[in-house]
Amino acid sequence: MMQGNYALQAKDLNIYYGSFRAVKDIELNIHTNKITSFIGPSGCGKSTLLRAFNRMNDLIEISHMKGSIEYKGKNLYDSDVDPVEVRRRIGMVFQKPNPFPKSIYDNIAWGAKINGFRGNMDELVEESLRSAALWDEVKDKLDQSGLSLSGGQQQRLCIARTIAVKPEIILMDEPCSALDPIATLKIEELMRQLQEEYTIVIVTHNMQQAARASDYTAFLNMDSSDRAGYMVEFNETNEMFTSPQNQETEDYITGRFG
Amino acid sequence: MASETMANTIVKTETKEDVARSLAKKMRPRESLIQGFLFICGAISILTTVGIVYELSKEALLFFRDDRVTLVEFFTGSQWQPAIEQFGIAPLVLSTLVTSTIAMFVALPLGLASAIYLSEYASSRVRSILKPVLEILAGVPTVVYGYFALTFMTPLLRNIFGSDVVQIFNTASAGIVVGILIVPLVSSMSEDALHAVPDSLRQASYGLGATKLETAVRVVLPAALSGITAAFVVAISRAIGETMVVAIAAGAGPRNFEWSDVTQNYSGTPFNPFTSAETMTGHIVRISGGDISYNSIDYNSIFAIGLMLFFITLLLNVFSRRIVERFREVYD
Ligand SMILES: Nc1ncnc2c1ncn2[C@@H]1O[C@H](COP(=O)(O)OP(=O)(O)OP(=O)(O)O)[C@@H](O)[C@H]1O
Ligand SMILES: [Mg+2]
Repeated sequence: MMQGNYALQAKDLNIYYGSFRAVKDIELNIHTNKITSFIGPSGCGKSTLLRAFNRMNDLIEISHMKGSIEYKGKNLYDSDVDPVEVRRRIGMVFQKPNPFPKSIYDNIAWGAKINGFRGNMDELVEESLRSAALWDEVKDKLDQSGLSLSGGQQQRLCIARTIAVKPEIILMDEPCSALDPIATLKIEELMRQLQEEYTIVIVTHNMQQAARASDYTAFLNMDSSDRAGYMVEFNETNEMFTSPQNQETEDYITGRFG
Repeated sequence: MASETMANTIVKTETKEDVARSLAKKMRPRESLIQGFLFICGAISILTTVGIVYELSKEALLFFRDDRVTLVEFFTGSQWQPAIEQFGIAPLVLSTLVTSTIAMFVALPLGLASAIYLSEYASSRVRSILKPVLEILAGVPTVVYGYFALTFMTPLLRNIFGSDVVQIFNTASAGIVVGILIVPLVSSMSEDALHAVPDSLRQASYGLGATKLETAVRVVLPAALSGITAAFVVAISRAIGETMVVAIAAGAGPRNFEWSDVTQNYSGTPFNPFTSAETMTGHIVRISGGDISYNSIDYNSIFAIGLMLFFITLLLNVFSRRIVERFREVYD
């Protein structure tokens, strides 16, 4: 396949915490403008792998990695790459909604401001909130604290904040795990809309969510001998859920796991 | 115990009385003992404060009752000369104001910067070395700081600004050293406040492509504002109350002046940091250390000064709390 179809390519990726190898031998291509989900049992290294894509693991003192992640042909871990610039292009939404203790408006504006945005801030705020399907709910209280919103609204605020920076890729680590089913559906709908402009990678524990909301799925599992996570199977989501190639995958998605 | 387990196992045959007995309020002597002990500890600290205020007020009242003293003179007079019965507190208050202001100008930037460094930048190894050093600094007796001011800071200031400008005893030297003295306090309290900011906020910030500096100054710092202000308030109170350093290095006599001096002869007022002046605390120790008799007006005057100190600190506390309420970013 053409290089251009991939937003990110992990090659021979190994991630360590101190001497413990948390993730091993990952070969994985993330397709541009598609939604890719990571599924797998707790502790198998999904978050670790996801954070590697925008160098968030750099913030963990004991973590280091081997191998490479290529973005448009450039290895993000080359020594001349600035992790700050990487994160401007590859944004992240976290498991627990974490809006800043600032106003709703400033939550959106702040990231754009530090990224040197010079246009009309009011427009950007409205546009970002609209893309995150939150505008109608908050348009009359933009000066209230972001923390005054409900959990689901907070998470959409976090997505809006990420969109405002205009990244190319959005990484989401279990973005719906703190939300009720309706808020969850809203976010999934939102992901489908965002997909036209962004490449999305999402970690989820929810099998239905992976099946519903993603185009590609990677199943990770933990090697019982060294407790390192490895990728069992990667495929189009439909394929993976209808005819898994691997017995472990089948066991996991049919709930016969462990 | 045995009857309890029985009651639990044969639930069906439990009579109403059994249930009542097993649900009945139990004496928990240890709980009440500890609760009582904690209450007493809390009560002691409150009672101490009340006691201090009572004692201060009682003696201060004797002072204000005296015919030679008027409240108007006390608050507006610019001469404090008990020998000739002049009791204007301004020279003492203003000197305190000058030393504390200088101290805060030293302590806040230094303390806050080191807190930010320790909490946001330092690796755990560096932190494990630096924190004990700061704690040792906080443990140095203040009298040592006093002589540090006199024998190091003052000569330094005289070298820089000229010995004809800077007197041997001066409030600048004392203020700067008081500032250094409270750096560890500001730093460790501010660091606690910064440290308490949830990591998820830092992650959010980095995830948006913020640099370390942007994250520290524009996300973590505002979120920690209320804790940091608490640090500042404690630090200001400490600076106002600090005694040894000012007693040694600032001067041993009130800097009396005329109100007209403030505009016409600035260098003759307590606002000039390079001349000697006595602060409220400095004056209190000097007078109480001398051989004055109890119940003399001199003796009573120091309680009036003490009460004044108490109210200034109290007001500062109240005001800064107000300010914080307006500006703080609540994160939980
Ligand atoms: N900051 C860290 N320091 C040390 N070890 C870590 C750290 N974060 C994760 N690990 C270890 O790395 C392994 C993978 O963790 P990770 O959080 O990536 O798993 P996960 O698949 O996201 O799990 P979950 O589904 O529960 O979120 C685990 O064994 C975990 O203990
Ligand atoms: Mg995880």
